Amino acid sequence: MNFKLILNIAFHLLKARLKQSVIAAVGVTFGIAMFIALVSFMNGLNELLDGLMLNRTPHVLLYNEVKPSENQPLDLSANYKNNTNFIKSIKPKDRGKSIYNGKEIIKVLKKDKRIIDVAPKVTSSVLFNSGTIEISGFVNGIDMEAEDKLFKISDYIKEGKVTDLSQNNSIIIGKGLADKMLLTVGDIIKVSTSNGNLASLKIVGFSQLGIAEIDNVMSYTSLGTAQKILGQPKNYITDIQLNLYDKETAAAVAEEFHKTFNLDAMDYETANAQFETGSTVRSIISYSVGIVLLIVAGFGIYNILNMMIYEKMDSIAILKATGFSGNDVKWIFISLSIIIGFTGGVFGLFFGYIFSIIIDNIPFETTSLPTVKTYPIDYNVIFYVIGISFALCTTVVAGLFPALKASKVDPVEIIRGK
Amino acid sequence: MENNKVIETVGLTKYFYDPVKFQVIKEINLSIDHGEFVSIVGKSGSGKSTLLYLLSTMDTDYEGQLFIHNELVTGQIDSKLAKIRNEKIGFVFQFHYLLMEYNVLKNVMLPGFKLGKYSNEELEQRAMGHLKTLGMENHALKMTNQLSGGEKQRVAIARALINDPLVIMGDEPTGNLDRKNGDLVFDILNKLTEDFNQTILVVTHDTDFANKTDRIITMEDGRILS
Repeated sequence: MNFKLILNIAFHLLKARLKQSVIAAVGVTFGIAMFIALVSFMNGLNELLDGLMLNRTPHVLLYNEVKPSENQPLDLSANYKNNTNFIKSIKPKDRGKSIYNGKEIIKVLKKDKRIIDVAPKVTSSVLFNSGTIEISGFVNGIDMEAEDKLFKISDYIKEGKVTDLSQNNSIIIGKGLADKMLLTVGDIIKVSTSNGNLASLKIVGFSQLGIAEIDNVMSYTSLGTAQKILGQPKNYITDIQLNLYDKETAAAVAEEFHKTFNLDAMDYETANAQFETGSTVRSIISYSVGIVLLIVAGFGIYNILNMMIYEKMDSIAILKATGFSGNDVKWIFISLSIIIGFTGGVFGLFFGYIFSIIIDNIPFETTSLPTVKTYPIDYNVIFYVIGISFALCTTVVAGLFPALKASKVDPVEIIRGK
Repeated sequence: MENNKVIETVGLTKYFYDPVKFQVIKEINLSIDHGEFVSIVGKSGSGKSTLLYLLSTMDTDYEGQLFIHNELVTGQIDSKLAKIRNEKIGFVFQFHYLLMEYNVLKNVMLPGFKLGKYSNEELEQRAMGHLKTLGMENHALKMTNQLSGGEKQRVAIARALINDPLVIMGDEPTGNLDRKNGDLVFDILNKLTEDFNQTILVVTHDTDFANKTDRIITMEDGRILS
């Protein structure tokens, strides 16, 4: 088959019906542009929301959960071994929140090749005292360097710096908390812990995550300060957070560490299951809208090619008489639709990109998302690849039926019918 | 194997099924030699056009056998038949069937592009040669809608000639033309037989035209009378 000739004929047919062809291509352009803009925007939004939670969640968290002991003394008794035992009113066992031998575990984990870094943490619920009012909240004693490396905590510190926590008895409190108690940087805040210790800490900064529930209760201090106000020794650690190079393996790794260290382990997917669902639903919506747009464009192409075939019956008949086979004719019309689909698609990618840039520059300021200034856009090459493949697929399918029809045109019928 | 036959049929039979089964072509045995200028005449409905389209390989719904250049074409696949038409048969119909997207020269060259035997330059030269023979060289770069009916028909003849076909088949090639242009087309065809020994097979109801050809095949009720 002579594709150059077939393309040449297809081009000339297109030129003869330029207006309709352009309209068909514009349909594809519109579909693809909308698809790209929509998917980029939706994914940008997904990433923003996921980032809000997931980036702040360690891939694997090791901790001690308050829960009843799995092996009750009764189970160990030889006398009742073969019985079915019912025990009522079991109370959870307090193994202490402290991770036993935490420093050693961290040392082992730091050597693990799969792990990016390990961040130990001390968390405790506390009461912040302001005059006569007590506001309950949490204090997080963090390893500043590791925490910043894993969770980019600096991004959320609005005033002051994370490293300011290295000063003795310093604290960074949530913006919501500060607003409630009318505190500014440099003020002293009184913190009382559950075991009755009272400490005065100097505020060196504010953190604002954008989630009011967290900003109203959260505060950060250094690991040492936290241990001190809780009256605990230097080896007191309540959580070990770690991030993996391959976060898809988090669930498996969590299970492994649960067995190895005899600690409770939670992977980020379990911790944020509802966010994953939200992302998936949003993706499905944007993809289906895009596909619907393209199907509509496909019908446009189908219509125009069909019309063209009726109009060009004579040409098809003479092409067949002078030696073009049904297959050649079929390819002429398929290439027609590919040309329409491809040019429409390429323009669609271009306009999709433009739309994305426009959306990216629309101001979007909300108090709950202080880090975001404009609408989020995810410029992912894969969307453009999917877009152009969609464009080609729909146009080929839309062109296929008219093309098959054209290939079956009986030249004798046309010529004798004159 | 070596004989002079361009087209040969053995027991060619065709039925129409709509509205009732009806035998249009009845057991026709026919052979046309190289260099003959043959006309098929007959009344309307005698089956002369139907016969031509059977011989053209475009109509494949028949019984019997058809040989072109001593090669059996009955039962060949569509693409093979298309190739045979491209290489061996040139068509001139009552209507010119020029593609209005292309200019005159490109229209003439189109079957040549498909054949792919000559380079573009060679093909252009050959097309110009044919147009010159037909007195159309000054119109080569015009679009087809700028031509008169007679001129269009001459372009169609040039297109039929481009691949040096074994036979030129015409279905009422002068049917749409006035006397003067009709004579002109006949003269061109006649000249092709005389000068280039071109085989030509024409269906016509124009008796003047038919009487001037080498051989007249008269058809009636699907049979050849003479």
